[in-house]
Amino acid sequence: MAGSTLTIKDLHVEIEGKEILKGVNLEIKGGEIHAIMGPNGTGKSTLSSAIMGHPKYEVTSGNITLDGENVLEMEVDERARAGLFLAMQYPSEINGVTNADFLRSALNSRLGEGNEISLMKFIRKMDKQMEFLEMDLDMAQRYLNEGFSGGEKKRNEILQLMMLQPKIAILDEIDSGLDIDALKVVSKGINEMRGEDFGCLIITHYQRLLDYITPDHVHVMMQGRIVKSGGPELAQRLEAEGYDWIKHELGIEDETVGHEA
Amino acid sequence: MTTEIKLPFDKDNVRSFSKEMSEPAWFEEFRLKAFESFEQLPMPRPDKTRIDKWNFTQFTQHTVNSTAYASLAELPEEVKALVDIDAEHKNLYIQHNQTPAFISLSEELKSKGVIFTDIFTAAREHSDQLKKYYMTQAINADEHRLTALNAALVNGGVFLYIPKNVEIAEPIQAVYIHDDAEANLFNHVIVVAEDNSSVTYVENYISTMEVSTTVANILAEVIVNANAKVTFGAVDTLAKGITTYVNRRGVVGRDGRIEWALGLMNEGNTISENTTNLIGDGSYGDTKTVVVGRGEQTQNFTTKIVHFGKNSEGYILKHGVMKDSATSIFNGIGKIEHGASKSNAEQESRVLMLSEKARGDANPALLIDEDDVTAGHAASVGRVDNVQLYYLMSRGIPKKEAERLVIHGFLAPVVNQLPIEGVKKQLTEVIERKVR
Repeated sequence: MAGSTLTIKDLHVEIEGKEILKGVNLEIKGGEIHAIMGPNGTGKSTLSSAIMGHPKYEVTSGNITLDGENVLEMEVDERARAGLFLAMQYPSEINGVTNADFLRSALNSRLGEGNEISLMKFIRKMDKQMEFLEMDLDMAQRYLNEGFSGGEKKRNEILQLMMLQPKIAILDEIDSGLDIDALKVVSKGINEMRGEDFGCLIITHYQRLLDYITPDHVHVMMQGRIVKSGGPELAQRLEAEGYDWIKHELGIEDETVGHEA
Repeated sequence: MTTEIKLPFDKDNVRSFSKEMSEPAWFEEFRLKAFESFEQLPMPRPDKTRIDKWNFTQFTQHTVNSTAYASLAELPEEVKALVDIDAEHKNLYIQHNQTPAFISLSEELKSKGVIFTDIFTAAREHSDQLKKYYMTQAINADEHRLTALNAALVNGGVFLYIPKNVEIAEPIQAVYIHDDAEANLFNHVIVVAEDNSSVTYVENYISTMEVSTTVANILAEVIVNANAKVTFGAVDTLAKGITTYVNRRGVVGRDGRIEWALGLMNEGNTISENTTNLIGDGSYGDTKTVVVGRGEQTQNFTTKIVHFGKNSEGYILKHGVMKDSATSIFNGIGKIEHGASKSNAEQESRVLMLSEKARGDANPALLIDEDDVTAGHAASVGRVDNVQLYYLMSRGIPKKEAERLVIHGFLAPVVNQLPIEGVKKQLTEVIERKVR
């Protein structure tokens, strides 16, 4: 079976009455890795939050579908069970809930009642993935993200990705705040996921991550829209020359959104 | 204005009850003295909760007759779940309403001089030890009307005595079963840990019936002598309609330690006081409390640690969940007396509100009468964090389950402290039932 397709059409999104996304079009298919690059404040993280259904973001027009199903009509948990995953820029800390209990609940909610994974099988699976990501096995029994360093949180997001095996993953600035060793580990995890059944959207400021994960498509976001798309060579040019040439080419003075409102 | 107090009996009844229990003369005298004074004494005044309309003093029965249990197989199922039925050496006391219904203490502990027996047997057979600690160091009979009433009418409880240098690894458990709609409970627990001893005591107050219009007046005195250690766990699940006054107080000697883990899950109106007096230098007190309020109930939880000894440390941690129209006041008091230099008083109170009508107030207070100390407090009252729910749901966890995880997580720091697996499980189940 080939992978899934996430389709975003003319998406407009507001936060607290301010329009941030002004018509985003994008299609991600299983087997593809897309990267969205762009300076701060251009709407990249808003796109990821809107896809997942963050309560603060309001979709005012346009649509998102996953294999033809209307994502916008789904609750956040339904989106996840339909196959979407968002590695968050700022994962929540939840006191009193162990990483292992949380992940088992998440996994079981996908498997459904009657098909729950046995505890032993779960522990083996989790241990294996944690070793792959060079994580301290004690982290399974620590409270979810509580007191985790920035790097530990990001690794933990990738651990969840690998455990839950979504069809389409969005990685929101998974590389920010990572040292080079952590970056390599996180990249290793994402590359491990790569395959026909897995589509991925990487949101980043930096070319750096793309040295380890070669994208199939690169998009540049400015003023709440995708203003330019290309192949991996586009990321390299951005790294070498910055964003000014695109602004110049498109006649954009201020690339950010939301300030005028 | 005086409140008229109608008790179902007079001084003669107190005397004849004492005779019936074959109590020593001092115990009978103690009852009678308290009985004479209680009407003149004021009611306790829990901060920020008015209790003048609460019924603590009017009831019809002082004693009810309940059966003893010949074997643990006869226990109600809810109670069986709490105790380790298969354990070879049980250290267990079960009280059925007011009737001592089952007692077991291992031969090994008996041979070391450990005393574990119901309060009446203690008065008869261990009169001197009991007299030394009974309302002499921790709680005084004349503090207020309810302590005096307990002293006058005590009709249940247990005495646990650990001699010098005896360290007990396995927990000692007491279960107080309430299953009679007429049963009023005046329970008195005394735990004494002599120098260099250590013990874990866990008690359950459990109603196996849904509603009862009665009174529970519960005192627990814990005496921790020099370099001794007591871990005191409790889960209270008394039924709706029972008005409860529960006062658990510890007195800690030099280098002694007390650790409380309290799950206060009563369904009725409850006043709970939990005080630790850190008398000795280097003494240590740690109080962890979880509370769930629901329905219409009003509750007041005062946790207090008073530092008298130098280098004493006191930690208060309270987490409460309020739903429906439940109202709760969380008073936390860290008091450092003059002379208790180098002491540390820390407290944290967190309240999670699950409904618009629920009320929860956290009132932290630090009262410090000494310069050379450290102290701190944190308090918060809030709702379930939507961003946390979003995070959990984004992994596929349905909203209900996500809320359950957040609430359990909120209470887990205390639940995890309970030293008996069955009791921990019970508390988790009670929480589950109450927050659903």
